[in-house]
Amino acid sequence: MIPAQFDYLAPTTVEEALAALAQHGDEAKILAGGQSLLPVLRMRLNAPEMVIDLGKITSLRGVRDDGDAIVVGAMTQHSVVGSDPLVAEHAALVSKAVEHLADVQIRHRGTFGGALAHADPAGDLGAPALALGAQFVIQGPGGTRTVPAEEFFVDLFETAIGEDEILTEVRLPKHTGWGAHYEKFVRVAHQWPIVAVAAAVRLEGGTIAEARVGLTNMGNTPVRAHAVEQALVGQPATPDGVRDAAARAAEGTNPPSDLNGDADYRRHLATVLTRRAVLTAAGATG
Amino acid sequence: MVRINLTVDGARVADDVEPRMLLVHYLREKLGKTGTVVGCDTSNCGACTVHLDGTSVKSCNVLAVQADGGEVTTIEGLAQDGQLHPVQEAFRECHGLQCGYCTPGMIMQSVDLLKDNPNPSEEEIRLGLEGNLCRCTGYHNIVRAVQHAAGAGASQVPGQTEAVQA
Amino acid sequence: MTATEARPEAEAPEREIGRERRRKEDQRLITGRTRWTDNIQLPGMLHLAMVRSPFAHARITSIDTTEAKQSPNVVDVVTGQDLAETQGVLINAWPITPDQKTPTHLPVAIDRVAFAGEIVAVVVARSAAEARDAAELVDVEYDELPAALDLKEAAADTVLAHPDLGSNKSAYWVFDSGEAGTGGNVDEAIAQARESGGIVLEREYRQQRLIPAFMEPRSTVVDPTGEQLTVWSATQIPHILRFALAATTGIPESKLRVIAPDVGGGFGGKLQTTPEEWITVALARRTGKPVKYTETRSESLIAAHHGRDQWQKLTLAADREGNVTGLKVELLADLGAYVSLVGGGVPVLGAFMFNAIYKFPAYHFAVQTVLTNKTWTDAYRGAGRPEATFAIERLMDELAAEVGVDPLEIRERNWIKHEEFPFTTVAGLEYDSGNYEAATERAKEMFGYDELRAEQRRRRESGDPVQLGIGVSTFTEMCGLAPSRVLGQLDYGAGGWEHASVRMLATGKVEVVTGASAHGQGHETAFSQIVADRLGVPFEDVEVLHGDTQVAPKGLDTYGSRSLVVGGEALVKASDKVVEKAKTVAAHLLEASADDLDFSGGRFTVRGTDQGVAIQEIATAVFAAHNLPDGMEPSLDSDATFDPVNFNYPHGTHLCAMEIDTETGALHMRKYVCVDDIGNVINPLIVSGQVHGGLVQGIAQALWEEAVYDESGTLVSGSFVDYLLPTSADTISFEVDHTTTPSLTNTLGTKGVGEAGTIASTPAVVNAVVDAVRHLGITDIRMPCTPERVWRAIQDAGSGTEATTGAAAPHFDASTGMEGTVDRTAGAQDGAQQ
Ligand SMILES: Cc1cc2nc3c(=O)[nH]c(=O)nc-3n(C[C@H](O)[C@H](O)[C@H](O)COP(=O)(O)OP(=O)(O)OC[C@H]3O[C@@H](n4cnc5c(N)ncnc54)[C@H](O)[C@@H]3O)c2cc1C
Ligand code: FES
Ligand code: FES
Repeated sequence: MIPAQFDYLAPTTVEEALAALAQHGDEAKILAGGQSLLPVLRMRLNAPEMVIDLGKITSLRGVRDDGDAIVVGAMTQHSVVGSDPLVAEHAALVSKAVEHLADVQIRHRGTFGGALAHADPAGDLGAPALALGAQFVIQGPGGTRTVPAEEFFVDLFETAIGEDEILTEVRLPKHTGWGAHYEKFVRVAHQWPIVAVAAAVRLEGGTIAEARVGLTNMGNTPVRAHAVEQALVGQPATPDGVRDAAARAAEGTNPPSDLNGDADYRRHLATVLTRRAVLTAAGATG
Repeated sequence: MVRINLTVDGARVADDVEPRMLLVHYLREKLGKTGTVVGCDTSNCGACTVHLDGTSVKSCNVLAVQADGGEVTTIEGLAQDGQLHPVQEAFRECHGLQCGYCTPGMIMQSVDLLKDNPNPSEEEIRLGLEGNLCRCTGYHNIVRAVQHAAGAGASQVPGQTEAVQA
Repeated sequence: MTATEARPEAEAPEREIGRERRRKEDQRLITGRTRWTDNIQLPGMLHLAMVRSPFAHARITSIDTTEAKQSPNVVDVVTGQDLAETQGVLINAWPITPDQKTPTHLPVAIDRVAFAGEIVAVVVARSAAEARDAAELVDVEYDELPAALDLKEAAADTVLAHPDLGSNKSAYWVFDSGEAGTGGNVDEAIAQARESGGIVLEREYRQQRLIPAFMEPRSTVVDPTGEQLTVWSATQIPHILRFALAATTGIPESKLRVIAPDVGGGFGGKLQTTPEEWITVALARRTGKPVKYTETRSESLIAAHHGRDQWQKLTLAADREGNVTGLKVELLADLGAYVSLVGGGVPVLGAFMFNAIYKFPAYHFAVQTVLTNKTWTDAYRGAGRPEATFAIERLMDELAAEVGVDPLEIRERNWIKHEEFPFTTVAGLEYDSGNYEAATERAKEMFGYDELRAEQRRRRESGDPVQLGIGVSTFTEMCGLAPSRVLGQLDYGAGGWEHASVRMLATGKVEVVTGASAHGQGHETAFSQIVADRLGVPFEDVEVLHGDTQVAPKGLDTYGSRSLVVGGEALVKASDKVVEKAKTVAAHLLEASADDLDFSGGRFTVRGTDQGVAIQEIATAVFAAHNLPDGMEPSLDSDATFDPVNFNYPHGTHLCAMEIDTETGALHMRKYVCVDDIGNVINPLIVSGQVHGGLVQGIAQALWEEAVYDESGTLVSGSFVDYLLPTSADTISFEVDHTTTPSLTNTLGTKGVGEAGTIASTPAVVNAVVDAVRHLGITDIRMPCTPERVWRAIQDAGSGTEATTGAAAPHFDASTGMEGTVDRTAGAQDGAQQ
């Protein structure tokens, strides 16, 4: 319940933070909202010598409109993202996913960047970010680079962020006018999803013109359900129209087996939840 | 040791703390604010809920140094001028507590919930308290208490009801 | 809340009993002015951190404490060897058979550990943080031994949990109605049913392992600096703790003071004498300083005792109409690594309840208790009775399905009719009162039973993906532990009486001392109501004192729904003695004969006159002692110790409607109605709170909770991330009502209420789940009824009875390289533990 000793820095600029990271190397750990890191430290699963708190870097907070993308600062809290009108309008899938992420208190502290950097395959933000084709802006000693979502998630708890780098913001391409839904399956409310499906669809008339589907907890990283997306195009937004496409949701996935469900159950859930997510996103029910 | 300055339940305090000290331990051990309690080590139970700069947080999941410069309200600072907060009053009125261990956190989260949504539905109340575990009440009367408080206008600032008995 | 029958003996209009008094204890609790054990800070206080075994079964080959001892502000690091006999030993108070195998249980293991979580070394430091820092530096080497984990395999002695005992079988306890003369021979009844074309149901049910999970982690503070050693502990049983400490550490009982300050829930989980308490005492004595130990939640989940954990093999015989002719129960009960305080007594408490509210002609019960290398088990809310109620109420539903009638009808065919009370059961208990018909009628009406059955039919016929199930549970329980004579016959190590004192202070205020200390049950309020009525004093003037052996020296504490029915009765008797003494004084002061005095509303009056005196005035007069009857002791204070002659038997009918999403197996509770008969009610508000809380605990067993171990004996549901307690968002509002048949075994006519909800709700929920999918060929779903199990049952059109996968996903271990225990290779076989 009590972390091991560490030193603490609270820089006010990204540059200072990067300098501190450079100085302390792998002895250092970045602290964002702390909602995942502090439990790790309390249970002494990790004991960094230096904790660099990004909490005082105001430039990392907030949501802005940047042409064809909505930009979310890494240190923007879940509760802020969840109630942001820009996000709701142009990246509704993210608003929906944040709504049931953890609980109110944790949403008040936990951050958008922190959750994505943590890269828990059961985390709720990876699948929507992947489905929307998010771009991750990462700053390091050599400057800034932008990594697409497909390359950002590397493995369990592992991302493309280097040890000397910081995730500064995430660009969410605008999906204005798309229907979106995040279907999360849990046994108790405060749990991480057993499986969840993030679905966004663009309708033309009653027909699905484009679809984007991401899966949570169906592998070591968030998974994009390309087969489903392709099969949905041109289908009517009805239960019958969506069923066959949704049945392909588990293709190529590698879900875990644990006390909440075995892999084959998760594969089955993925198909049912995909159908429901797509239909709800399309404004139909099923 | 790091020097921190903050306001807790209306009083300004300053201390040198180890960076690893959790806010909840700072409150309990340094300030003697033992009304706020610890129920778990994974930040699931919500027993430690306090308000930091106006919103509810789990104080087991915040470092005391992160609260530097901030304003903290605990269960001990909720009643003002001898007047119970309407949510406190409602918990008693509706028998929203038994052993009382989850109660400080439940009350602090309920106050936060009503601040954002003064007239919540039962479902909104239940979702708003999902980060707080209670093992005694089965939540039934906690939900009643929040409804009762909402009816009594709990979203306003503390202090319209009965005086705190000594 | 309404009572369908008028309560008898309404004396005065302003009666406290029956009023929805708001609780006295709440003012402190809602403002944070609390006294949890962990709040205590004493000058020079030292802190402990435990070093616990990661292995389920291992020999300790060496412990190196050198580095830990050099860590900053460390005062001492001790091993079991260092403490040797000064640490005392943990006792089992209920050896259920004379030849029970009981392994020695030392607080700190010396050469072998028998479960993962057992303490092997202890650090004493100036702060809790520094103690933890040093604990990480203690270097323990183990030789891992094979572990006995699966209950059935352990019962077959394939691997020994304690090799020196030669067997894992601890005790075998039997009750047979033929032998006891309380009924017929079960085997004959079963044979007869088979021969005559009757019904024989054979079922096996799993009572999964649960964790009490009280919200306040356990904590102990010991101060050795006074004349008495003072122990504060988050315990349900300060008196038993004091006795056991004295008995095993050599500290004279008179030199021990035990205080249970505010205690944050127990549910049986704090009905234990624990290694942590013994260790804190030993180190306070060793260092001469106040010492504190507070566990983390993770420690609590692995080391505080667990509950349930049985395999139940059941054979029920009935005629073709479903009249039960015999029930045979064969249990395997997992004790865990050690025989705890109550230990094998838990299943024995269930032995008398499998026949429940029914008139079974023949009954046989046998339990084999088994040692394994897992956390020890003991009482958890209901202790033995929920297990029994689950089994019989599940069976009655199966019987109804077999006969093809409504589950309520099959129950009615077999239950004791209200005019048949008092009724001696096949288990030999005498049920004093009850009315199952009335409770069931009321429950059906509130539930809208017929409408819901109609909806169920519609959904079935239309093949709705969401199916509806209705679950019934008509339960009874024995509570108010207990008649000392009965406990003696069952070889329990103590009695079941309770003690109370009532003291009239000079100012007319009243102090009430009870041996039943509370941890959330609202004793201060309910006991004040009882005494206020009895003495005719204002509710506010009664102060209830408890939980400190120096204030309340006699008592047997709170468990088994005994506080009100046993402790409350002691209070009534003590209050009546005060009134008797006061009457003598009143007669003297009023210059009247005692026979001419009436006592009502706190005043003695001379019949036929307007002369009178209040009990408070008498208290003042007795304090002054200037003018008392000759030879009278100047005191009204009175004690009483009450030992009941019988248990009492609350009962009720619970109805539950569950919706099942057949596509995913997801479960949703639609409605829950319960009508309990708990006799006369002292405070309806407190009673309904007890019922709600109990319901959710029972429902949680049905749907969510399970302590799961992996193949190596690690508890994988070792935090609140994986041990699933329901939240407010997972539960619903309940519809609760009461019918009333007063208990005849105590003056107040009350029955226990603390466990009713938990006992009844588990089978109601599982019956509803099975009922929802029975038409798909499903006859059972193992608890907890997870969506996955429900879905699998539907897939296989069979029963969802596989064990839970023994693995949990990590969420908090970025960059540690730890990947948890989860199988991430698709489709691979799981490592399941029963
Ligand atoms: C009880 C509980 C329940 C939860 N339930 C859910 C849930 O249902 N769904 C869900 O998605 N999440 C859940 N979470 C996790 C929550 O979303 C966290 O907020 C999130 O995972 C981490 O965000 P944070 O800002 O708190 O990051 P921190 O905990 O501060 O950091 C997490 C990790 O990311 C690194 N990091 C953080 N920010 C950066 C950055 N800008 N650049 C580089 N590295 C960085 C840190 O070094 C650390 O390793 C839960 C947490 C708890 C305690
Ligand atoms: S103690 Fe903070 S959430 Fe449990
Ligand atoms: S009142 Fe005991 S945990 Fe909520």
